[in-house]
Amino acid sequence: MSEQKLPVVDPVQGQPPVQVSTSSVRLVGTLAVAGALAGLAIVMVFQWANPRIEEHRAQVLAQAITEVLGGPDHYETVYVQDGQLTPQPTDTTGLDRVYVGYDESGQPVGVAMQAAEAGFQDVISLIFGYNPGTGDLLGMKVLESKETPGLGDKIEKDSAFVQGFREVGTPLVGVKPDRATGGHDEVVMITGATISSRAIINIINNRLAALGDPVSTYWSSPIVASAPPANNPGGGS
Amino acid sequence: MSSRTTPQQDLIRGIWKENPVLVQLLGLCPALAVTNTVANSLAMAIATFFVLVGSSVLVSLLKKWIPKEVRISAYILIIATFVTIADLVLAAVVPDIHKALGAFIALIVVNCMILGRQEAFAAKNPVGRAILDAVGTGVGFFIALVMMGGVREVLGNGTFLNVPVMGDHFEPWIIMILPPGGFLTLGMILLGFGWWKERKAETTHPRRWPHAVTTEVGGD
Repeated sequence: MSEQKLPVVDPVQGQPPVQVSTSSVRLVGTLAVAGALAGLAIVMVFQWANPRIEEHRAQVLAQAITEVLGGPDHYETVYVQDGQLTPQPTDTTGLDRVYVGYDESGQPVGVAMQAAEAGFQDVISLIFGYNPGTGDLLGMKVLESKETPGLGDKIEKDSAFVQGFREVGTPLVGVKPDRATGGHDEVVMITGATISSRAIINIINNRLAALGDPVSTYWSSPIVASAPPANNPGGGS
Repeated sequence: MSSRTTPQQDLIRGIWKENPVLVQLLGLCPALAVTNTVANSLAMAIATFFVLVGSSVLVSLLKKWIPKEVRISAYILIIATFVTIADLVLAAVVPDIHKALGAFIALIVVNCMILGRQEAFAAKNPVGRAILDAVGTGVGFFIALVMMGGVREVLGNGTFLNVPVMGDHFEPWIIMILPPGGFLTLGMILLGFGWWKERKAETTHPRRWPHAVTTEVGGD
């Protein structure tokens, strides 16, 4: 490896420039060792933090599924593979998931589906419960959004709007408050947050258009309800 | 290398006289972006404090082994490591606040306040002095963020740490928790800070008008 020669003037002595050199090997070696130690520290912290992060993520999802399905006794995860729902695919990597909720007697009560699309500011991620038997929504919960505080974020905080997704027919139709007729498929949008409200409605309608048929097929076929986990009443399987 | 300041001055300097946000106008990106609530301000200030103190300790300890040619790269590497650790710990311990802060935790890496203290102080002083300087600067950053977060949450949401403080009839000033509210709040605080400094200077050294300046009314 070549060495870098950096001329430095000695102002005190007024002597010719002194050659100060730092080996390239030392420069690279210093950064390599520092990088290795930094990586080691990060890996150690990651191994401590990751189980906790995953546990919290699972808790949030389980809580949301329970909320949008109206408090089922338990639920099972079903995967979308080749346009069909299957509880046990060969490989779950990259597959969409839906969650089928069951009551205490093992009867299905609804299907929870996650979906995400662009809102006003950024992508809105949500989960909703759907009853394929009646074609009604059971509930909706926004999982993540960056909509405008005080206006667009009412899609999460306005309880009247959120409650408007319970027992409502699909496909949803968004109406302004002064034009609501009380129709079974109407969702009253939020004044001042029309784009965010409409985005929620479109996300749900688009998701149902994509998954409605396989979900209905799975629902109408004989479903063998899974037994609730012994140590997780009301939780997922 | 010896410093011309005392250890006490190292600690006090960053808290008020050379406050990173209110005087040096450094670290304005997080100060404007995440101070819409007091909780977010606290979390960002604590994370930055941790990164600043940890980085200063390591930079001061390792200064003899870090060649000058790669010192900035090494400082960035050290800072990035502490930021990643802070990011993971926040995600594991306070996930809701971590979600609210979003990308701004990762952006602590490019906070010029932190890199500035490494280059200007930690790399030239023993570890004890570096810690005092980092603690002072971190506390100064903490004070500035909590001041901004307090003003914005109280006016923009009517609450302080989610506790209602403005009564039922208060109509929140939504703009204060939006991005423009950050600029308005910072501007007002800087205005007040400047006024206070000027008033203090006048008290210490009263301004004297030249005796020759007189005003005559009525002309000749």
